[in-house]
Amino acid sequence: MKIDHSVPMEYSTDENKMKILGFWIFLGAEIALFSTLFAVYFTLQGNTNVGPSASDLFHLSPVMIETILLLSSSFTIGLGVHAMRLGLKKPMMTFFGITLALGAAFLGVEVYEFVTYVGEGATIQTSGFLSALFTLLGTHGLHVTFGLLWGGSILLQIKKRGFTPETANKSFIFSLYWHFLDVVWIFIFSFVYLKGLM
Amino acid sequence: MKWDEFFVTGEPMIYAAMVSIVVVSLAIPIALTYFKKWNWLWMNWLTTVDHKKIGVMYILSALLMLFRGGVDALLMRGQTAIPDNGLLDGQHYNEIFTTHGVIMILFMAMPFIIGLMNVVIPLQIGARDVAFPRLNAISFWLFFAGAMLFNISFVIGGSPDAGWSAYFPLASLEFSPTVGNNYYSLALQIAGIGTLLTGINFLVTILKMRAPGMTLMKMPMFTWSVLITNVIIVFAFPVLTVALALMTLDRQFGTQFFAMQSGGMDMLWANLFWVWGHPEVYIVILPAFGIYSEIISAFARKNLYGYKSMVVSMVAISLLSFVVWAHHFYTMGHGVMVNSVFSITTMAIAIPTGVKIFNWLFTLRKGKISFTTPMLYSLAFIPIFTIGGVTGVMLAMASADYQYHNTMFLVAHFHYVLIPGTVFAVIAGFHFWFPKVFGFMLNEKLGKLSFWFITISFNVTFFPLFILGLNGMTRRMYTYSESTGYGPLNMLSMVGAVGLAIGFIILVYNIYWSVRYSPRDIDQDPWDARSLEWSTHSPVPEYNFALIPTVNKLDAHWFAKKEGKPLATGKYEPIHMPNNSGLPVIMGALFFFWGFFMVFSWWIPAIVFGVLILGTLAYRSFEKDHGRYISVEEIERTENALRGAQHEN
Repeated sequence: MKIDHSVPMEYSTDENKMKILGFWIFLGAEIALFSTLFAVYFTLQGNTNVGPSASDLFHLSPVMIETILLLSSSFTIGLGVHAMRLGLKKPMMTFFGITLALGAAFLGVEVYEFVTYVGEGATIQTSGFLSALFTLLGTHGLHVTFGLLWGGSILLQIKKRGFTPETANKSFIFSLYWHFLDVVWIFIFSFVYLKGLM
Repeated sequence: MKWDEFFVTGEPMIYAAMVSIVVVSLAIPIALTYFKKWNWLWMNWLTTVDHKKIGVMYILSALLMLFRGGVDALLMRGQTAIPDNGLLDGQHYNEIFTTHGVIMILFMAMPFIIGLMNVVIPLQIGARDVAFPRLNAISFWLFFAGAMLFNISFVIGGSPDAGWSAYFPLASLEFSPTVGNNYYSLALQIAGIGTLLTGINFLVTILKMRAPGMTLMKMPMFTWSVLITNVIIVFAFPVLTVALALMTLDRQFGTQFFAMQSGGMDMLWANLFWVWGHPEVYIVILPAFGIYSEIISAFARKNLYGYKSMVVSMVAISLLSFVVWAHHFYTMGHGVMVNSVFSITTMAIAIPTGVKIFNWLFTLRKGKISFTTPMLYSLAFIPIFTIGGVTGVMLAMASADYQYHNTMFLVAHFHYVLIPGTVFAVIAGFHFWFPKVFGFMLNEKLGKLSFWFITISFNVTFFPLFILGLNGMTRRMYTYSESTGYGPLNMLSMVGAVGLAIGFIILVYNIYWSVRYSPRDIDQDPWDARSLEWSTHSPVPEYNFALIPTVNKLDAHWFAKKEGKPLATGKYEPIHMPNNSGLPVIMGALFFFWGFFMVFSWWIPAIVFGVLILGTLAYRSFEKDHGRYISVEEIERTENALRGAQHEN
């Protein structure tokens, strides 16, 4: 396999380049997926049936905490990829570790929120609005959960095998995925929560 | 779910189906054991990552599904052939037309096209495999798992019965209480993930792996059509994923997406379904256009007329395909403005399609046409498809659609586009590329015989439906009284359906005959065709091209033949190839069982299989597999053997 040293390691082989392009296309598909979920949410957001409406349900502080946690995790994974390009294994692992920890904390707050909602009688079965809300948030949350498993296994591989074109490629692609989840969250924060709080 | 509802009972036809399923599933392992073929099957087929073999498996499955869907069609035509017929009851008829639609579109047309893509695209762009060979195998096994899951619904639990479009509230738990529509949502979900992965895989393959010198505007037209198709797949299939997930949630988890009484919206389903469903129609038609372009240009012995306008028109069709979905439900009352806009966008599709029709006609003009089987299908396609297209414009007019909507006129229209469009194309492509894959040709005499049977019977079957529709016969009507006067034309249609069945049986007999008797001494380019796949041996060696060809113009292979210059020169180098893997087929099996347990809401086993699926992903992530190299000596040996075989003859 030909390795090109003039580019960052994650791009250094043809296979790596193809994997990165393929993942960008996959993210395109993910945009279509989340757009559809947003469209469903916007369609049903007023249909509250007997259940609470968005302004009854949402509180700013847990959402603000979630946002800060997830946005910082996007920053730390950026630092992680930067460390990887400098060839610094330990800082890279630390930043990835912090990223995953922030992701786990985000999930914790989200689960706490869901439990609160259900406690207030707002379940996924209550109304069209709540079905759409829980599905949109839940799909994002599932992506974060999957990211934790995926990121964890990549960390293990970095630990065992160090930086190789393969592991660097995986780490870089994982960082794309993570940034993408952040972008989706920004839309959820703005158009679901802030709009709902108004 | 009660146990006595687990198996479908009470119908002689279903018992016959059960018996045949049991017999077949016993016969296959017994035969494999008897002929000591287990190892061969595992090593050569189940674990393969070779795009050609995966393509062959796709096409075999598609043929199988063609017959399953065909039997459904014959049953429907048989039921409606005479007034007040009692062959099927209402429920059974509902299930049959639903599975016919789903199987023909998603488990016949799609895999047939993806199969041809798999076989042809890497060869046509001068590559040695697709970008992600193992992902490709996973795509196939996910499709296969979905198809099998959908098919067992017939005997276990009951088939979906709300039409292939599964409109709510009809498809809701309230009105469709069997597990049938759970099968629908989960089987399509699994197969759909496979299709999405195919889309990504082929986009990267075509964008990154073309032979040196092959710029985008020097790609063969089939490759262009597949590139555009895969863009549509990547953006349309996630919508289906969401729609099906919401259906599963509504039916099995008590959510309120599509239930009117609790703040849901039934029209939401119709919109989501067709936002995917209409692009889906173009996903199956655009590659067909590509196949026709290849075949017409090859057998007219001329370059394709209007190459650039062909590309532009396909791009235009792909964009328009996303903005016409509401024309499927003009009558559901979304107002004059919306209907007008969608009318106009729908009619606009006729323009790029018309451009393509004229391009094919101009390609034929003054060509030296040879009337081979693939060419006959392509020539028949042009006028028959035009009838389908023109009736499409009739349906596109929203106000007139109130008359045609949900009548047999619509049924006739979409069969007039899908059969000459997609089915003729895949059969033509099948005949055309068969020698490339297997090294011998299908018999031309039998091919032409089945062509005439299929083409004539097609018109006999479906033209009467136009008239029936205009006379007011609605679709999905399981019987009618004699006083309606629908009897004679329905009988005529039944006669045509039998003719179609005979045509397809001749087609399969042709495969059998050719495998046994067809001469094996063919040239690598038996049709004297134009694109790169014909510049390597037939059958194609594992690595496709011993030396990667260099391309400097469109139809480079054709010009290289005329000028007597080889496309590739240089010395052999070791070739890097991917290793076989058992993981894709195992994942397919896991997805099948996961889907099956999900259908019946048996959560514990479903969770177990879900975790196992995650386990396979983790295993793959940690696995070290750098592929293998084919040595120069082995390449020389293979090349000499293949060349020698041709020189001897």
